[in-house]
Amino acid sequence: MDTKTIKKEAINTQTTERISGSEAVVRCLLEEGVKVLYGYPGGAIMPVYDELYKFQDKIHHVLARHEQGATHAAQGYARISGEVGVAIATSGPGATNLITGIADAQIDSTPMVCITGQVSSHLLGSDAFQETDIVGISTPVTKWNCQVTKASQIPEAMAKAFYIAKSGRPGPVLVDITKDAQFEEFDFKYEKCKGVRSYNPIPKLDPTSVAAAAKLINAAKKPMIVWGQGVSLGQAEAQFKAVVEKAGIPSAWTILGAGAIPTSHPLNIGMVGMHGNYAPNVLTNDCDVLIAIGMRFDDRVTGSLSTYAKQAKVIHFEIDPAEIDKNVKTDVAVLGDAKESLAALLPLLEEKTHPEWHQKFKDLYAIEYEKVIKDDLHPTKEGLTMAEVLKEINIQTKGDAAIVSDVGQHQMIACRYANFNKTRSNITSGGLGTMGFGLPAAIGAKMAAPDREVISISGDGGYQMTIQELGTIFQQKVPVKIVVLNNEFLGMVRQWQQLFFEKRYASTEMTNPDFVAIAKGYSIEAQKVTKREELKDAVAKMINTDGPYFLEVCVEKEGNVFPMIPTGASVSEVRLE
Amino acid sequence: MSTEKQLFTVSIYTENNIGLLNRISAIFQRRHINIESLNTSPSEIDGVSRFTIVVNMSEDNIKKIIGQIEKQVEVIKAYYHTEDDIIYQESCIFKMRSGLLFDERQIQNIIKESNARIVTVNRDFFVIEKSGRKEEIELLHRELSVFGIMQFTRSGRIAVTKDEMKISTMLQAFQH
Ligand SMILES: Cc1ncc(C[n+]2csc(CCOP(=O)(O)OP(=O)(O)O)c2C)c(N)n1
Repeated sequence: MDTKTIKKEAINTQTTERISGSEAVVRCLLEEGVKVLYGYPGGAIMPVYDELYKFQDKIHHVLARHEQGATHAAQGYARISGEVGVAIATSGPGATNLITGIADAQIDSTPMVCITGQVSSHLLGSDAFQETDIVGISTPVTKWNCQVTKASQIPEAMAKAFYIAKSGRPGPVLVDITKDAQFEEFDFKYEKCKGVRSYNPIPKLDPTSVAAAAKLINAAKKPMIVWGQGVSLGQAEAQFKAVVEKAGIPSAWTILGAGAIPTSHPLNIGMVGMHGNYAPNVLTNDCDVLIAIGMRFDDRVTGSLSTYAKQAKVIHFEIDPAEIDKNVKTDVAVLGDAKESLAALLPLLEEKTHPEWHQKFKDLYAIEYEKVIKDDLHPTKEGLTMAEVLKEINIQTKGDAAIVSDVGQHQMIACRYANFNKTRSNITSGGLGTMGFGLPAAIGAKMAAPDREVISISGDGGYQMTIQELGTIFQQKVPVKIVVLNNEFLGMVRQWQQLFFEKRYASTEMTNPDFVAIAKGYSIEAQKVTKREELKDAVAKMINTDGPYFLEVCVEKEGNVFPMIPTGASVSEVRLE
Repeated sequence: MSTEKQLFTVSIYTENNIGLLNRISAIFQRRHINIESLNTSPSEIDGVSRFTIVVNMSEDNIKKIIGQIEKQVEVIKAYYHTEDDIIYQESCIFKMRSGLLFDERQIQNIIKESNARIVTVNRDFFVIEKSGRKEEIELLHRELSVFGIMQFTRSGRIAVTKDEMKISTMLQAFQH
């Protein structure tokens, strides 16, 4: 006998198996360690759903109430855990409903794999029922995408999808699978992707750039750090804290950076940007060295670029080379993974404390406290403020909760006033500003971190954009805590109308339904608070309830968020009233 | 000045992927950058495609564009070149009425002097082909247009650089 062939056959039977493309999809998910995915079935993805049914003891499919909700849930899952979130949908409208979540994940660097069914390959291009060019549509908002028309392409496409979604600067990917590929049988074998030759996820750290950065930092009299999500995406919290503490640098965060070091840390000087804190915004234009870490100088952070930190030398620690000099010219760019770069920087830093420089931040904080914070947290007027709700939540959760906010005034208030003791606790739509993100994202976050208190905070507007996900909460019994700060307005837009459109409140006033009754319709315990005296007990009731809970707080109708940098103004022109 | 607009030729080495043209053109389109010409072809490396794109923009901005292009997963490497960095060619074809060859003697001279070539002649029309630099092609077009051109088309620029681009070494390094 020919031993060679026998050997070969023996290997084959060991490593491959004849299965359908649809089973392969599920097997790939299992190989990648996926435990939960969010989606919605339909014709072109039914074979995969049939396999999800068979594998339901190994992988949990969560039926969302809208595909957008599925993507945000997958995002919430990814944001709190660092794992890849997975969303699945049918072709046509199912696929297009994913787009908002994909765009959100792209701009906020969230690892997500989306799987869409597609019409059979012989129908492609024929305007078949529920055919849509989702690969074409999603191209500008995905890190990578592809269409699979043969079962044998599935394992490689899936392996690449997961690898690309989570490596380097993370992002969303989409794999579109034709229905015939799902039915087709082939010899399945899975190999994890270890690299793609055209793709270099983490640039090699250049020690000379680290040394140049250290030199500037050591010589600085008034250094300031602005950090972003890159710190937590790179799991560099410990290295970051060590750098901040050793060099004694006042450090401010972008909203996606929040929590990488706790809110209460003495060197944490607050949030930068349009509604950020007064001191870090003003002193951005006073510091001598600005150290940007894992952030991308978004326009909501920088205000007018022509007057942004012009006096400072700029150091940019960044994983994505395309971000260097994109908005702000840097003097030293340190390309690489934040963890590695900061670890290399640490031994080169001199110990410093910069007491006079710190005093400047304290002085400006005192001004902000007098003009803004005091009235937000300890109002003397009758109406409840959003900030006092956050204050109560801080007290009762001891700052350990993950806060999942929607978009608008309440989001800025949540970012400004929530205490974040832990990293990955501020889950919010930063770059896209997607109303409707909060509630479904909270579902994903809670499912990924069941031991954590997850509190969704929405406005009455955004809440109604994905309110149908109460059905998901109900069916899955996800114990999220839902807070709606109801001002009966699309508050943030109303604020702009007040400040820049002479109070012409065009289509921003809301006639709202009975939110408590709606929650109760889904068997979710619910309560509405209209008076300050009721707030403490209501928050306690919410936190102490085991299952999901809905709390509506009626807040003052025309409250504004300050400080504020008007669009196009300089960071140092931040308004306190 | 790096903020002054000038012509840049962009060379992009990529994996062979149908979706990539979409991704790359979207990068320009989003920023309202007009593509002067675009050519895709195989490259000197087996299985690697090469895009050659000509744009008119500032050096500051082309640098950012190159960053965005390289960020695409299936792009191996992108470069930008000034006019002095490269040797380039464009080509064009003219379809003209055959009678002109007899009626307008100077056409023969124009073809000869411009280093153009007659590809085919039949009873009704003849076809002229010319490869060269942009200005040469523009000149030929001007000279021939007085006689009436039945059809004209012109290709995108293709270019090689005077300096090495080290793309093969890069690819080898990746394969360990
Ligand atoms: C999907 C979407 N549509 C529109 C907007 C524009 N927008 C930003 S904030 C806002 C108002 C939000 O109102 P609400 O949810 O009630 O929150 P509030 O500002 O009152 O806290 C609107 C309409 C948006 N960000 N997202």
